[in-house]
Amino acid sequence: MDIHEYQAKKILSDFGVTIPRGGIAYSPENAENKAREIGGTKWVVKAQIHSGARGKAGGIILCDTPLAVAQATDKLLGKKLVTNQTGPEGKIVNRIYIEEATEIKKELYLGLVFDRSSESIMVVASTEGGMSVEEIAKQKPETIIRSKIEVAVGMQQFQAREIAFGLGIEAQLIRRAAETIIGCYRAFSELDATMVEVNPLVISNQDQILALDCKMSFDNNALFRRNQVSELRDKTQENSNEVYASDRGLNYVSLEGNIGNIINGAGLAMASMDMIKLAGGEPANFLDVGGGATPEKIVKAFKLISMDEKVKVILVNIFAGINRCDWVAEGIVQALQKIEIKVPLVIRLAGTNVEKGNQILKESKINYIEAKTLEEAANKAVKAIGN
Amino acid sequence: MAVIIEKNTKIIVQGFTGKMGSFHAEEMIKYGSNVVGGVTPGKGGSKHLNLPVFNTVKEAVKNTGATASILFVPPAFAADSAMEAADAGIKSCVAIVDGIPSHDMIRIKRYMRRYTKSEKMSLVGPNCAGIISPGKSMLGIMPGHIYKEGRVGIISRSGTLGYEAAQQLKNLDIGVSTSVGIGGDPINGSSFKDIIGKFEEDDETDAILMIGEIGGPQEVAAGKFAKENMKKPVIAYIAGLTAPKGRVMGHAGAIVSAYGESAVEKVEILKEYGITISKNPSVMGDTVKSVLSKS
Repeated sequence: MDIHEYQAKKILSDFGVTIPRGGIAYSPENAENKAREIGGTKWVVKAQIHSGARGKAGGIILCDTPLAVAQATDKLLGKKLVTNQTGPEGKIVNRIYIEEATEIKKELYLGLVFDRSSESIMVVASTEGGMSVEEIAKQKPETIIRSKIEVAVGMQQFQAREIAFGLGIEAQLIRRAAETIIGCYRAFSELDATMVEVNPLVISNQDQILALDCKMSFDNNALFRRNQVSELRDKTQENSNEVYASDRGLNYVSLEGNIGNIINGAGLAMASMDMIKLAGGEPANFLDVGGGATPEKIVKAFKLISMDEKVKVILVNIFAGINRCDWVAEGIVQALQKIEIKVPLVIRLAGTNVEKGNQILKESKINYIEAKTLEEAANKAVKAIGN
Repeated sequence: MAVIIEKNTKIIVQGFTGKMGSFHAEEMIKYGSNVVGGVTPGKGGSKHLNLPVFNTVKEAVKNTGATASILFVPPAFAADSAMEAADAGIKSCVAIVDGIPSHDMIRIKRYMRRYTKSEKMSLVGPNCAGIISPGKSMLGIMPGHIYKEGRVGIISRSGTLGYEAAQQLKNLDIGVSTSVGIGGDPINGSSFKDIIGKFEEDDETDAILMIGEIGGPQEVAAGKFAKENMKKPVIAYIAGLTAPKGRVMGHAGAIVSAYGESAVEKVEILKEYGITISKNPSVMGDTVKSVLSKS
């Protein structure tokens, strides 16, 4: 789960990281007042969306007066920002963060992620703040410092100092820099995060070490024990069909193509998408109804796919294991009695009781195209688009 | 001998009396697995499915001599149960459950570092289909009848894609020695490399089919291991050619976040290690067959 910049900043500041003074606003008047409250002579108006690269998309505006802050807020609120991370549909701006402008002496990069090779938490830092970590890795790989943290004992002072010295931070600021890095580590480790990124982490002209922009993501599997984190979810930042799916226990990712998929198991779903691509088609979604593929889940899945207007054909691919194809077939028939499907339907059943399952489908008088193998299913789905 | 489990391996079920535990314990017993009891804290002393229930794994091990366990406890308690099994001397543990936090998985793995190699439990999963050695035993949730007895080892992240492979092999009259589902989570108990090494040593396995997917370094690590240490042929299929970067595809671990983690890149690297690639998921069986006919 992702959260907004201002939420991540609040969390990091609770762990001892210094952030510029700022406040959240939902209207231009609100924003103007916030700017006066914060004080100073320059403010940054920042659109809060779940994406990086907001600056390039016009989502960050520097202002000289509280009135300008109000005008910038008015311009951004309700707008859809399209960045290189949002996809062409963009993300809507419903909240604005007003922050005092910082005079920057030095921009650094600080990130924390899981390292799947060593199964530990990895701190990644660089002197090239402001660029994405991918760009840094490409253009200035020699500036990247990596430090593996042993999770059983947590991050040690010396590890944080090594990173701080490695970043060329002046001696009198090392202690504060180390506290900042350890604060980020503690937030990661104590809140079940999967990513913390402070980019840039800056040293100001006044020699303060500040998190100027930051992002945090959290482990969905751990939200049950992180109520304060799960309350921060902003559904307006997620694809509406994906929200519909996750609320109903379906694993769904919206894609660009026109072949809708209903599949059981994540691996089989990815494999079916690959087959569609190889057959010359494009999947409209990834959808895993779960290994069990219960009739209730199948009904929900049909409902979800029928909400996607891009879909020109639906491909159902179920490998029945512990559940049986006859049971799955009954689920499909039930679903089609409840939901009207206007596009061609290709169904491939495999596994336990496959003959019985196919017989139920045939006798049900539903209009569908039968397929026996994965490959046949993909080919028939692609062909059905033209019909 | 088979990989991880034998015909008579004594199995206990953790979370025995729950709905999932009961259902799959019965399925395992029907398949012929030697299930000797189960653990549900607070229900010790009672009987379930005609088998004894214990309060702790230690008691269960002491009274039944069990060496394997399978976990059907909810994700919030799964890490605790896995560590309990390790501490009680269980040798092989399969965690079926989906939804264990990554931080908990790291905790389990750190906890297990206290054991020497010979006393360390091997953990398979979580978020997996488990282990089956056709005709011998099943420590998992797969449909037993789609597996024909034979000499091909399967290792798969995905459950249903592993079934697909077993079915394709069966249709070609090729059987399976053992199939291991290692699960779709970013941090798992056993990696592809851990299991592929066991297959290399298994005298009942001639070739190994590895079914991977996008995300993480494990497929590549196993490929490198195979090139440097293995004589048996390895065939691989990597799912997720069409998966967009940076999105989680159902499995928590199926996300491309670094170079070498996309399907295309994994395939390229595995080819360099001399692994035969099944170019699409519907020819996994055919690819294994053609490799077997050459060796």
